Amino acid sequence: MVTKKVTVVNEQGVHMRPAGIIAKVVKEHPECEVTLIANGKEAKAKAPMQIMAACMKQGCEVEIVCNGADEQAVVDEIAALFESGFDE
Amino acid sequence: MKVFKGKGVYGAVASGKISVFKKQNITIKRIHCANSESEIARVESAKAKTLEQLQSIYEKALKEVGETNAQIFEIHMMMLEDDDYNESIVNIIETQKVNAEYAVAVTADNFAEMFSSMEDAYMQARAADVRDISNRIITNLTGATSDGGDLYDNMIVCADDLAPSETVSLDKDKVVAFVTAHGSSNSHTAILARNMNIPAVIGVGDEFLAQINDGDEAFVDGFTGEIFVNPDDETRDRLILKQHSEEEKKRLLQELKGKENITEDGKRINIFANIGSVDNIGAVLLNDAGGIGLFRSEFLYLENSDYPTEEQQFLAYKRVLERMAGKKVIIRTLDIGADKQVDYFGMKKEENPALGYRAIRICLTRPEIFKVQLRALYRASVYGNLGIMFPMITSVREVEQILTICDEVKKELNEQGVKYSKTVELGVMIETPAAAIISDKLAPLVDFFSVGTNDLTQYTLACDRQNPDIESFCNTHHEAILRLIEMAAENAHKNGIWIGICGELAADTSLTETFLRMGIDELSVSPSFVLKVRDTVRHCNLSK
Repeated sequence: MVTKKVTVVNEQGVHMRPAGIIAKVVKEHPECEVTLIANGKEAKAKAPMQIMAACMKQGCEVEIVCNGADEQAVVDEIAALFESGFDE
Repeated sequence: MKVFKGKGVYGAVASGKISVFKKQNITIKRIHCANSESEIARVESAKAKTLEQLQSIYEKALKEVGETNAQIFEIHMMMLEDDDYNESIVNIIETQKVNAEYAVAVTADNFAEMFSSMEDAYMQARAADVRDISNRIITNLTGATSDGGDLYDNMIVCADDLAPSETVSLDKDKVVAFVTAHGSSNSHTAILARNMNIPAVIGVGDEFLAQINDGDEAFVDGFTGEIFVNPDDETRDRLILKQHSEEEKKRLLQELKGKENITEDGKRINIFANIGSVDNIGAVLLNDAGGIGLFRSEFLYLENSDYPTEEQQFLAYKRVLERMAGKKVIIRTLDIGADKQVDYFGMKKEENPALGYRAIRICLTRPEIFKVQLRALYRASVYGNLGIMFPMITSVREVEQILTICDEVKKELNEQGVKYSKTVELGVMIETPAAAIISDKLAPLVDFFSVGTNDLTQYTLACDRQNPDIESFCNTHHEAILRLIEMAAENAHKNGIWIGICGELAADTSLTETFLRMGIDELSVSPSFVLKVRDTVRHCNLSK
């Protein structure tokens, strides 16, 4: 299991579009279980609705937890998404 | 005539016929179904059909409103495949032994409620998305279709609220406006309407739908958020006029965006925009201005209850420079005093503030305030193409003092190893008769001139432009003003520097040709005038 902490940088936070992008990436790696922890809530990263329900706003700290095949690559890929502000 | 008021979410005026969008009222009954497998199979096939529909809506939206806005439907498709959502449906079917429609409806309610209960307005609006996709599945389960209202050639679509997929499914060529009784400005309906460039008014209230009928003639004013149903002649005439002037603006936008500011005989000029806040940059880019010719830095001081810090200013300037992505940005240093007062500067009351302690006079007598701004500007300069402009200049000595202070600031930055751009242009405003008259002496000291016609007019004609009683004496086309501008232009060019005009006169298209003949290099106007001035420039011919 690997984890990485990131901060939400884009102005609108993790709204529908970023949530969709994360879920899409996670679904490309079915062998790796990905959880996002923010505001004391856990969200399965393959479910966009759960991601949105965690209400991650700009400035919010998020812990990415990956467990399974290619876990390091997956955690890095998702962290990069957060860091790029989902290209917004 | 009936008038309704809501919130306008896209500024435009449209007229047409009311078309009430009726959703088929599907009553969902809870039916006992022992065969869960067949219900689950029904859900699966309804979902497959829904996915197909969303795919075609997505493709339609992609063409009509662009990728960013079409993405919502891609995400809708993803929501359809959300495990939690699907598990909830299957779970309800299996444990409660109920029909598919009921399971989908209950799941939709639960998810929508989860979003509605969140504090964030954006997330609350997502409840509508969950309902939208769920209703689509239910519609496919029951085989019902929603009714798009009566079809007219110019429909004002009125509804309780519209789901995103419904707004895109409508025949866009026939829709001239949206009006909804509910909805928020974060809803996709509002966002899509903005991108379809048609007016939309939301939150008109429950009574609205009860008081209108299909086929009623109406005007929608997206600027004011008003809807006029069966308007009287006076209202109709007024709105037709407004509609035409807006259409003219749009026409200019379509025809002139991306075009050069060039006269028929090939003379080029820069047309920049004047703004007073970072929020206006959107309008600058939308109207295709070549740069910012006047960025009034006062907002930083007026919005604050104490002197804005260097960091605060640096971040604001950096943001402007970054967003303008290499285009020229001319920031004018602090210009308060006279009609712009700031409490914490603790300024004394003056008999004659227009001729008093203001602008550069404050900066030169309180260099500690001035230096903070200059440091912030120089630090930000590495993020774009910066020009700094100093207001209310009347003498060579003032300019020499300013340059000395700028050198001190740069020296400090050098010593601290802080980077700044070496190509920052420094300019002075020509807004006093004195500056215009000695412009031959000022020009060798700076990189550009910018004529502030508002103050230049007031000081040259000794006319307070705010006083309506002397309006007839305040001729903004007065020969004295034009001669002063011409004099400054000649002296600028003799010394190899450029000259622009950033006052209101720059947008006066009856003078555009005069300015071009004087050799003015840049006109800086409100964003909404950029294309109008471009249009005028493109019709000028200086060889005639």
